[in-house]
Amino acid sequence: MNEIKTVDTRGLSCPQPAMLTRQAIQKLDNGTLEVLVDSGTARENVSRLAKNAGWAVTMEEQPEGSCRIVLKK
Amino acid sequence: MSSISRFLTSRWGPIITGIVVGVLAPVLVKLGNPGNMGVCVVCFNRDIAGALGLHRAGVVQYIRPEIIGFVLGALIAALLFREFKPRTGSAPLVRFLLGMFATFGALVFLGCPWRAYLRLAGGDWNAIFGILGLIAGIGLGIAFLRSGYSLGRSRPAPKAVGWVMPAIMVTLLVLLIVAPQFGRDAGGNPIGPIFFSTTGPGSQHAPLLIALVVGVFIGFLAQRSRFCTVGAVRDAILLRDSRLLYGVLALLVAAFVTNVILGQFHPGFEKQPIAHTDGWWNFGGMVLAGLAFTLAGGCPGRQLFLAGEGDADSGLFVIGMIVGAGFAHSYSTASSAAGPGVFGPFAVIVGMIVCVVLGFTMRESKG
Repeated sequence: MNEIKTVDTRGLSCPQPAMLTRQAIQKLDNGTLEVLVDSGTARENVSRLAKNAGWAVTMEEQPEGSCRIVLKK
Repeated sequence: MSSISRFLTSRWGPIITGIVVGVLAPVLVKLGNPGNMGVCVVCFNRDIAGALGLHRAGVVQYIRPEIIGFVLGALIAALLFREFKPRTGSAPLVRFLLGMFATFGALVFLGCPWRAYLRLAGGDWNAIFGILGLIAGIGLGIAFLRSGYSLGRSRPAPKAVGWVMPAIMVTLLVLLIVAPQFGRDAGGNPIGPIFFSTTGPGSQHAPLLIALVVGVFIGFLAQRSRFCTVGAVRDAILLRDSRLLYGVLALLVAAFVTNVILGQFHPGFEKQPIAHTDGWWNFGGMVLAGLAFTLAGGCPGRQLFLAGEGDADSGLFVIGMIVGAGFAHSYSTASSAAGPGVFGPFAVIVGMIVCVVLGFTMRESKG
């Protein structure tokens, strides 16, 4: 079983959460990617970017207000 | 309530925010704010610096309620929608410096990105050079971001940390209303601690309550919609995401139409309100501002909204802006209608050197 790649963007300023996600999905092309975010802005930006690139997006709330976004293609 | 929030976080959010700013800013000018300065975060922080006695340029001293409103409006939205998250620790001192240098640059142009767009919408063609400079500065910032630039991660902080900036804003509001005076000097001039201009741009302001309510309204909308006048250009170039850019375009169109309706559209280069015609330094000042804002993660308005959400690092950026404005007027680096200040070009060059060094050296520390 392949290990799922994780992009941890917690605590980073704009535009780094979306930028790091973009770099990761361009590199991965398809598969599963996990992105950790801890702000509403990053959550929206990452999911919008992934959806626009054709990835399926699911979100799981995590403790202390952070969120695990799973991207699949 | 949640449907309003969903609407504001959709692609329509920045457009609605842009239209509201574009309409209300010229209205604030009609009600007393200086020309093409319905909202200018840098100019207003400069006026606050003057009111607090951090500089003694007598014509630009007033505690601007719009700034207070921006932070408090964002605070209300963040509390309502559970986004009030006190945090700090992402290179605070560097953010303070970036706030200072962004202000040096913007005060050479005479306006932050918000005012650059509002000046253009009022027919001030000098703003074209400023906006081109802003885009160039953001482009340079993007190059640093692509090469790995980062101010590192913030960490969750105790609740009290997040309340510091809102508390400072409430204090400013009290000082604005009470306007304490210790007395007058031999010449009859007030000796502070709070200074209010009796002539010049600082003496021109919309009624306090209206300006405050407009500020709170914009702060509320912008917190939800993530409105950012620098992110607009940055995301369009870096991420091919034009959500925020449409917000700025909506602002431009709405402000243009409102200015025409109110008889405030006066096209030309000469005799524009609180502006000079030196194209090179209008451009150069905004290259520095655009770079510094991009390195700090957002425009000056966005920094205020983040401060309202509990981001103490953005709060320190704002304090850096106020202190920087104090220096800019004390050391003659700020421009006037006559042209750039004596040391304005020098300040821009020093600021560019500092920002470029930071751009090359700031990387996230591992472990």
